[in-house]
Amino acid sequence: MGNRVGVEVSIAVADAVKLCNVDVIAAYPITPQTHIVEHLSEIVADGHLDAEFIPVESEHAAMSCCCGSSAAGARTYTSTSSQGFALMSEIVYIASSMRFPIVMNVANRALSGPISIWNDHSDIMAHRDIGWIQTFAENGQEAVDLTIHAFKVAENKKVSLPVIVNLDGFICSHVIEPIIMPTQEEVDAYLPPFKPIYKLDPKKPVSMGTVGIPEVYTEAKVAHNEALKASKRVILDEWKKFGEMFGRYYNAVETYKTEDAEIIFVTMGSISETAMTAVDGMREKGEKVGLVRIRLWRPFPNAEFKKAIGKARILAVLDRALSPGAVNGPVGSELKSLLYKVPGAPKIFNFIAGLGGRDMTLERFNEILEKTKLYDKKKPTENYEVIGVREL
Amino acid sequence: MAVKDAIIGWKQLPHGCFVLEPGNSEKFKTGDWKSQRPVLDKEKCIKCAMCWIFCPEMAYTKNAEGFYIVNLDYCKGCGICSNECPKDAISMVPEEA
Ligand code: SF4
Ligand code: SF4
Repeated sequence: MGNRVGVEVSIAVADAVKLCNVDVIAAYPITPQTHIVEHLSEIVADGHLDAEFIPVESEHAAMSCCCGSSAAGARTYTSTSSQGFALMSEIVYIASSMRFPIVMNVANRALSGPISIWNDHSDIMAHRDIGWIQTFAENGQEAVDLTIHAFKVAENKKVSLPVIVNLDGFICSHVIEPIIMPTQEEVDAYLPPFKPIYKLDPKKPVSMGTVGIPEVYTEAKVAHNEALKASKRVILDEWKKFGEMFGRYYNAVETYKTEDAEIIFVTMGSISETAMTAVDGMREKGEKVGLVRIRLWRPFPNAEFKKAIGKARILAVLDRALSPGAVNGPVGSELKSLLYKVPGAPKIFNFIAGLGGRDMTLERFNEILEKTKLYDKKKPTENYEVIGVREL
Repeated sequence: MAVKDAIIGWKQLPHGCFVLEPGNSEKFKTGDWKSQRPVLDKEKCIKCAMCWIFCPEMAYTKNAEGFYIVNLDYCKGCGICSNECPKDAISMVPEEA
């Protein structure tokens, strides 16, 4: 087993990408992803990794390069955030529909405007429907592990889809944490060389990215969606194999003190660590609360989520993005539609919090608990509520 | 009709919607929606091959006499050949409804 080291999460993620022996990195620096790609460019420039580092002129070019290199059969990595993600938007749909197993870390950050470099989930929620596998890391160890796992899943011939591993900008990406870095031998044993199903090869020509006339487009979309849904089995299976190899086990959905919980908080990403502390404090005061954390966001783990909430009477769902004009926040919408008319389904109250770097403190969790108990007795007038907003 | 050849189910679609057979566009007779067709006047033609060069569908082939003859299965009726012909030897004639 590798050593436990104190390291900035971004640096550890870059080191994990190096361990995965990528062939091509095409990336453009953007806060708060910068340290990941800076460190990778150093690794390549210093000759520690035999890879092409393509310092592209934009994120649109970054994702375009990634598609090209993946099509040529190269193990391909990139990373982005917020506005950069928005700029590569056109190509991310193409990467998934052409089934390129690219791996990308998104250091989650708010979208402008107003200009914000700080953390929330609005960048990834704007890309909810891009057809990529999407996971959320809670801490540095998880960001490292999920990134290694991402290559294994993406390149599985049954999957062959790109994967995003989300880590919260700054509050995860820039924190120095104790992380067990796997050894090269372990990663080599876990992750075999990339063998593409098809690649651009003059000896065996294929055409990629052709037009889809109305008679084909629907079938192409269904084929992609079915592949994404079916990837869940491989994702779970590969987490099991990861656990056997590295001793750290991951699930699609994690639970914390849910066994007898009446009220369950639902979170994604680093906020979950604060949520666990909040649950501990509330339990000391006799509140029957628990936490469910969604790690696998796409494909959504329907069965695993339903199982995780057990017989809870109420879900307090936290969204770290606002969906303007929508009925609920993105996670709130997802869960309300999942549980609509399911017999014995819990009441769901949706809270939007921690936008654009606004701290999510224990007090805020207490406020959410109080509001949840209030709405249990007296139906709220709105479908969701923005927590901590100044109503002046 | 050409489109019928493309009617397959989602399970039959190639991975990533790739085209796995090089040059298979030949199988798709894409010339069925033109509204006008090129008609060659052999009296005027000097066999310069400009029509053959400019046709975006590569619909022209040279015959034994050296004339360039259009394959209407692929011609889309764009009129480029007619426009480029230095001798005005190609006229565009409306397709019958
Ligand atoms: S461009 Fe005109 S003149 Fe030249 S080969 Fe074609 S039809 Fe004949
Ligand atoms: S009309 Fe257009 S498609 Fe048809 S033969 Fe002429 S150039 Fe080619």
